[in-house]
Amino acid sequence: MIEINQLSKKYKSADSFSVLNLNLNVEEKEIFGLLGPNGAGKTTLISMLSSLLKPTSGSFTINGLNYRDHLSELKQFIGIVPQEYALYPSLTAYENLAYFGSTYGLKGKGLRLKIEEHLEKLGLTRFSNKKVGTFSGGMKRRVNLIAGILHDPKVLFLDEPTVGVDVQSKNVIIEHLKELNLNGTTIIYTSHHLNEAEEFCTRVAIIDQGQIIIKGEPKKLIAEQPEARSLEEVFLALTGKALRDYA
Amino acid sequence: MHKIWASVKKEVLLLSRDLGGIAILFIMPILLVITITLIQNSTFKTINDTKIEVLLVDNDRGEVSTSIRDGLTSSSSFVIIDSASEEDAVASVLKGDFQLAIVIPVDLSESLQNKVNDNVEGILSKFGIEEESTSEENDVKVDKQVTKKEVKLYFDPATQTTFKTAVKNGIDKMIAEIETQSIYKAFQEELGEEEAIFETESFITFKEIVPVKGEKAVIPNSTQHNIPAWTLFAIFFIIVPLSINMVKEKNQGTFVRLRTSPISYATVLSGKAIVYTGVCILQFALMLLIGVFLFPKIGLPELDISGRIGMLFLVALFAGLAAVGLGLLLGTIAKTQEQSAPFGATLVVILAALGGVWVPVFVMPKFMQMLSQISPMNWGLNAFYDVFLRNSGIMDVVPEITLLFLFFVITTLISIAYDKRKNAV
Repeated sequence: MIEINQLSKKYKSADSFSVLNLNLNVEEKEIFGLLGPNGAGKTTLISMLSSLLKPTSGSFTINGLNYRDHLSELKQFIGIVPQEYALYPSLTAYENLAYFGSTYGLKGKGLRLKIEEHLEKLGLTRFSNKKVGTFSGGMKRRVNLIAGILHDPKVLFLDEPTVGVDVQSKNVIIEHLKELNLNGTTIIYTSHHLNEAEEFCTRVAIIDQGQIIIKGEPKKLIAEQPEARSLEEVFLALTGKALRDYA
Repeated sequence: MHKIWASVKKEVLLLSRDLGGIAILFIMPILLVITITLIQNSTFKTINDTKIEVLLVDNDRGEVSTSIRDGLTSSSSFVIIDSASEEDAVASVLKGDFQLAIVIPVDLSESLQNKVNDNVEGILSKFGIEEESTSEENDVKVDKQVTKKEVKLYFDPATQTTFKTAVKNGIDKMIAEIETQSIYKAFQEELGEEEAIFETESFITFKEIVPVKGEKAVIPNSTQHNIPAWTLFAIFFIIVPLSINMVKEKNQGTFVRLRTSPISYATVLSGKAIVYTGVCILQFALMLLIGVFLFPKIGLPELDISGRIGMLFLVALFAGLAAVGLGLLLGTIAKTQEQSAPFGATLVVILAALGGVWVPVFVMPKFMQMLSQISPMNWGLNAFYDVFLRNSGIMDVVPEITLLFLFFVITTLISIAYDKRKNAV
């Protein structure tokens, strides 16, 4: 579904590459986790894959298509759930979703039913006419997720979809994503929650300094790493315990 | 088309939820136009309600000083306050207590009379009418050798040049009239006529001919000038909230979502352009209503829009489009509100100054006049003046509205090209 070849990205102001000669294949209907410390290049990679950043070199295709030649087609094909709440705070949840749904060509009754269905599944029906600005972090995350999946994307990119939310919201979000995956959506997601990734992902890749240092099924990775009992221990063993602050 | 209307709906909702923004868009222009019109109204009135106190130091106490005093009093613009000495008067003016002090020199009347008599006698003697002077009379004349006199004007340094010029011209005219009358009088006396033989009133007079609409004269007043000028200023201020709206989208992350959606930047801009141009039209309609209904109730001249409503809205539409185009460009380029808001506000003030909103273009230096030709506010103001004051038809405003439309098209195309270049994948 996604084929990445020698993909690199270097920001103008940076001294080093954020992503360097990265190769990766993600199969259809996978839930693929991109894990790594702060500044590892996860968000840069997902931004390139979702048409927000132009690669410095290398290439990738999604379903055999590239952005240069099939931009509109691919935008319709993918869904994005950015790390920030990409919502209008002064609009209600319904108004936000109606607008973002319409940008994908959804309209009328079809759009309304889609919004109502997702709001119901994510426990937001009674808040649909409340302004998003008044929502808690968990509620905003759920609306943010719906805005990215209203058009039933075949590939869904999620950047830290559960960061800063309570356990209940996290559980609802993960369950909803699993349901989407069961219905055929390929999911690429970044997270710092390694326990969540261990349970949720079919495969993961640990990225550090713009390169994949290991990839595979979580259980296999744990088994292959001596004395590791969890993905977190694999992660620390491979990336070290030093702080990764950057500015 | 569906995506454009969705964008329009979203923009309307965002605007309607921003009460502060609505206040800035609608209430501030109203306050602005009322304040400016109230201030400027007096300069357009034939009979001025406001009287300026003027200090007069009369060292002459003769016919000329009386004429100057009468002239100033009858102008109904001034109240004469007598001052005992030049020093006191100057001190008061420099302190800012008075805007003007007039110091009439000693023996001005007598000196003027002597000068005129000399000239008249000289002329008459050339014609052989004057009797030969005796040697004693010639001696007296030599004694009377008239030195030039000057009336001193002291202005408060804070006084505006236009006021100074008006006062100087007024006093100059008064003195010229006094001199003329003195000459006529001297001739009359030399010719021994007791009854007036000269008509001293000006032969040439001026009449201002104003454009006529139907049978009604289009008389300029402060309202007819200020409503178009300051409405245009308000319309262009739309670039501030519009650019802030766009920068907010970038900072909120909603723009990121739009960039990953199958919606073009042109469609996003179209939604904004439609809504914000609509706001400009509403602003304009509100200003017209204020001019027509509120102004007469607060003692200001009523705005006359009879027979011109269609043309006025046509000009407002194109002026609004030009302003929106500029706002879209600023919003596209700016990264933060700290960049867009002060830059936008300052840009509008510069464009207004260049456009002739504050100072008429014809009084500007040549270079600034050339610059004003590239200010969209100048095109808009000219188009409004064409309709409001020059009684022009639609063909007369076509050049200006064409320029305004081209400005909108070019700024919008630059915005789209800039976004495409910046966000190429």
